[in-house]
Amino acid sequence: MSITLIGKHEKDKRACRDAYVQAMAELMEKDQTVVHVDTDLKSCINTKKLDKYGRCINAGIAEANAMGVAAGLTAAGKKTWIHSFGCFASRRAFDQAFMSAAYAKLGVKVLGSDPGVCAAYNGGTHMPFEDCALYLSVPDAIVIDPADYAMVYDLTKKLTAVEERLSYMRLIRKGVVQVYADGSEFEIGKGVTLKESDHDAAAVIASGIMVDEALKAYEKLLEDGITVRVIDMFTWKPADEELIVKAAKETGAVVTAENHNCTCGLGSVVARVLSEQYPVPVEMTGVHDQFGQVGAQDFLQEAYKLTAEEIIRNVKKVIERK
Amino acid sequence: MLTKDRKIRQAGVIFMQKAEKIQDLREFAAEIRVETLKTIGSLGFGHVGGSMSIADAMAVLYGGIMRIDPKNPRWEGRDWCVLSKGHAGPCAYATLALKGFYDLELTRTLNRPNTNFPSHTDRTKTPDVDLTTGSLGQGISSAAGAALGHKLSGRDNRVFVFIGDGEADEGQVWEAAQFAAHYKLDNLICLVDDNKNQLDGPVDEIMSHGKGLGAKFDAFGWRVIELADGNDVEAVYDALQEACIVKGQPTAIILNTVKGKGAVFAEGTGAHSSQPSAEQWEEAIAAAEAELAAIRAAKRGAGE
Repeated sequence: MSITLIGKHEKDKRACRDAYVQAMAELMEKDQTVVHVDTDLKSCINTKKLDKYGRCINAGIAEANAMGVAAGLTAAGKKTWIHSFGCFASRRAFDQAFMSAAYAKLGVKVLGSDPGVCAAYNGGTHMPFEDCALYLSVPDAIVIDPADYAMVYDLTKKLTAVEERLSYMRLIRKGVVQVYADGSEFEIGKGVTLKESDHDAAAVIASGIMVDEALKAYEKLLEDGITVRVIDMFTWKPADEELIVKAAKETGAVVTAENHNCTCGLGSVVARVLSEQYPVPVEMTGVHDQFGQVGAQDFLQEAYKLTAEEIIRNVKKVIERK
Repeated sequence: MLTKDRKIRQAGVIFMQKAEKIQDLREFAAEIRVETLKTIGSLGFGHVGGSMSIADAMAVLYGGIMRIDPKNPRWEGRDWCVLSKGHAGPCAYATLALKGFYDLELTRTLNRPNTNFPSHTDRTKTPDVDLTTGSLGQGISSAAGAALGHKLSGRDNRVFVFIGDGEADEGQVWEAAQFAAHYKLDNLICLVDDNKNQLDGPVDEIMSHGKGLGAKFDAFGWRVIELADGNDVEAVYDALQEACIVKGQPTAIILNTVKGKGAVFAEGTGAHSSQPSAEQWEEAIAAAEAELAAIRAAKRGAGE
């Protein structure tokens, strides 16, 4: 792992989907076995740019079949990615992902775009707060909620090399705050500590769009004289249990933050680890067992309290519970 | 005249060779039936109906059509066979054991703790099982994916996939059908075990297939070969030979079969799974062995 934190809360001018396309183009150029399967959504993530390699398959609006096709391609020796919106890449094709791919030890890589509130104007029908929950339930699967361009680029390459284990990675399609400098490298199963001191009053464990919110919360809390640790736990499964327990031991309180239903997401992963290994008070920032709805992402983040302000409230609350 | 005589003689030889081949395949099918019954019978219960209905087609595939190497189950050049109707696993296990992929005795561990022979076929457990199936409708999609994968690799492997007529209730079967036709997967051949029964009863009563499965595959752009008797080894052999030379589209062979064919307690009942008494098992195995002996005797008679 070698990361460079930028953390200036500035939007990347590039669309995050282009990180995936760029990484895949480089992979396909060198490796004839790399394949992408899409579900009539190439135009949404610019994978038409991969058509020239002859291994970018459009399976139409038929996600269940597409997932089975991805499993068959993998069995025939291909390193296979399959893309749909996160809601369909999980709910719509889950039995296929589970049995044809994961149970069969075929390391299909599933890309679910528009995670959580990023589905914005597509609304509640398209807003997955449960996609990772489904994939967390698959034995030995890898579940990733990346924060930005640099991370998507690096992990696309790392996941492509994984054999036998099913992977699920969320993908924000459009602009996202740049957290890391290009060239940063990450390790599956290892969280990233972004802020740390020897007098942290709590640890904020976040992923995806909530990493930047956590960094904003860090700065505001500092103004109030409260120092918190900030961890990017993009790797929900395998989670970095060692880092979670270390944070609990050293700070005595944990706040989680996710763009997902926290009753079956990052919050529950962290709570499980801590309840088994080092119980401390935990407060969860995320969607609390609600359905999605339509609107701009800013509105939705306010509506579901996926904000730095909510993280701050939870930090103050969790410190009182210590 | 001499040339014409030679041609007639050659045609006669080819005819005799094919007749012998068909006799061999009939014998193989009867062997598969005996061993399938012994495999399931060793436990006392299982999916007899759908295992026995495809025994003839499995005999033709593994005895006369597929390119395989029992010493090297993962040989890159092999043809693939996928049981999308995964519950016919015991028939596959018997077939593969008889072809020498592993010892027959191993199949008698069916469904016991830590076995490599589970009810439904599993690529991680059994040699030469190419894909994992069991959740119905899925095997045909992954078979199509494998067929596409072989094409992308420039290889000429063929993929044979069995689906059941009950399984064809699943929408995914038709998603796969449209995909295979769209991508012109002529290396994909689907054998439809049209045995007229599903778990809860006759297909026509539980969930009927409109104008028929052949008409459906035809509408999806497949080449369709309908066999009036899907348990007729010679007809299946001819159909598969034909299917293997079709270009530009996948082929579906509709096998009108008898569920439980050759298992005296199951044949004609339409039963999806069976748990007969020990006596019934003995009787069924004895009957299947008698059928095999009769085929062998007929072969010897023809050879004399």
